[in-house]
Amino acid sequence: MFTSAPYSAEMTEWANHGVQFPGAQAPAREYDLDIGGVRIAVHEWGDETSDPLFLVHGGFDFARTYDEFAPRLAATGRRVIAWDQRGHGDSEHAALYGWDADIRDAIGVMSRITNRPAPVIGHSKGGALMIQLADAQPFRFSHLVNLDGLPSKRPMSDLADHERSRMMAGDIAGWLDHRRTTSTAMRKSGTLEELAQRRARMNPRLPMEWLRYLVTVGGREDADGWRWKLDASMRMGGFGPWRPEWTATRIPGLGMPFLGVLAGQQEPMGWGTLPNQIHTHLPPGGRLEVLHDNGHFVHIEAPAVVAEMVIEFLERG
Amino acid sequence: MSTTFLTHNKIQLALHELRAGDGQPLLLLHGLGEQTPSVAPSWASSWVGPVCGLDFTGHGATTVPMGGGYSAETMLADTDIALAHLGPSTVVGRGLGAYVALMIAGARPQLVRGAVLCDGPGLWGGATGPTSSSFHSVDPPYSAPDPNALIDLSRDLRPPDYASLFVRLALEHSGLAEPIAVCAVVRPPWLAAVAGEVGVATCTVAEALALYQP
Repeated sequence: MFTSAPYSAEMTEWANHGVQFPGAQAPAREYDLDIGGVRIAVHEWGDETSDPLFLVHGGFDFARTYDEFAPRLAATGRRVIAWDQRGHGDSEHAALYGWDADIRDAIGVMSRITNRPAPVIGHSKGGALMIQLADAQPFRFSHLVNLDGLPSKRPMSDLADHERSRMMAGDIAGWLDHRRTTSTAMRKSGTLEELAQRRARMNPRLPMEWLRYLVTVGGREDADGWRWKLDASMRMGGFGPWRPEWTATRIPGLGMPFLGVLAGQQEPMGWGTLPNQIHTHLPPGGRLEVLHDNGHFVHIEAPAVVAEMVIEFLERG
Repeated sequence: MSTTFLTHNKIQLALHELRAGDGQPLLLLHGLGEQTPSVAPSWASSWVGPVCGLDFTGHGATTVPMGGGYSAETMLADTDIALAHLGPSTVVGRGLGAYVALMIAGARPQLVRGAVLCDGPGLWGGATGPTSSSFHSVDPPYSAPDPNALIDLSRDLRPPDYASLFVRLALEHSGLAEPIAVCAVVRPPWLAAVAGEVGVATCTVAEALALYQP
């Protein structure tokens, strides 16, 4: 279901309120898909007739955080497809959110594009989601690239039981308190600069120029100011039965070529995974590259390096 | 039976009063694919206070959302919304509702004055750790019980140590000597772990209600 016309350069400049970032390009095509009754916004760069490549964004991000990275891949003759996960970016704010729902939505989008194996690149939570999908439905993957989305055992696992239960009690009560307010919750409004400054607290290594640009593509301007499009019912943290290190148990069995890129610099959104926690879990022939001088958003901090690494990996097979 | 609708995000939760009364409410949580019964169960006849029942998201008269995304934790939040309306209550859960009753007892120990865990649909849940199980979609339109709920909530992970954590939270913060009562005959791994914890009574429903009746 296509609902919007292709963007022109003039429209992009207008839509971005004059805020530009060197190398960032708006998608060539944007449209919505109905996935199980939820409207999912899809963004594409490159030639529509070329072979597809999927990009999967991380938690609390959105597809257009790939505005600089995706065009570099599209320039090598690929149709690059990213989508906003439910509640993120331009996709619908759903009633329910969950890990499996995100994977089902991914299957819904991917299967509308192709049912042949395609390269998939996932950042952060998007990378971890794709490890699970690659384990459950390997036929969808020709290659899997994980950009700093390789979970490891939480430090919390080593806490004494009483300390762990005290932290859990606070996490659970805080989450339930938040759920009681979600029906009326709204993202806090502010100026474009204020939203960029707020995001800088979670993305301290990224240039302000980029964060301002992100506001124009990931936020909307209401009468009382800018606010992020992200559903206000979503909240950092949370709790549940899943243990991050369980994702790592799926990696050794992956059958498609695998490239992991790990950030060497720790920051708030990063997962703190160390190379020695992943080396032992690489599948046969799998590669792990460590970018010692970069943080969690490796593809934004070092787009040329990461794009070259990915393209070389895809072309070598 | 009278019904009150409570808002949880985009969901209108149906909270039914099956029998009026004064004092501490008894809140019934149904099993997976079920809904609140239309009349108060006979085993609740001895309960002095009101007898109520909550229809979880996607069940009974509660909203059926698009696209699934169910988790036991979301059903926990449904229950918390109901308790915010009812005040301190004793909770009786069947199947899935038993698992949620355990969780709410640990999550809101001041609001739950005893959780009674009974057999019923959805008692087992999913695995205790990671699996390679695939993903299934059901296209809309959906009606209650939501097929996405049946899929999602029959595969949610239930590690025994996760379940035990809620017992410990309940015991530590509720002020009750035995905040959890296991009445289920069947004991999947999570429930076996719960039954083995300090502060858990194993008894009949009648005995449990007598334990928690103020």
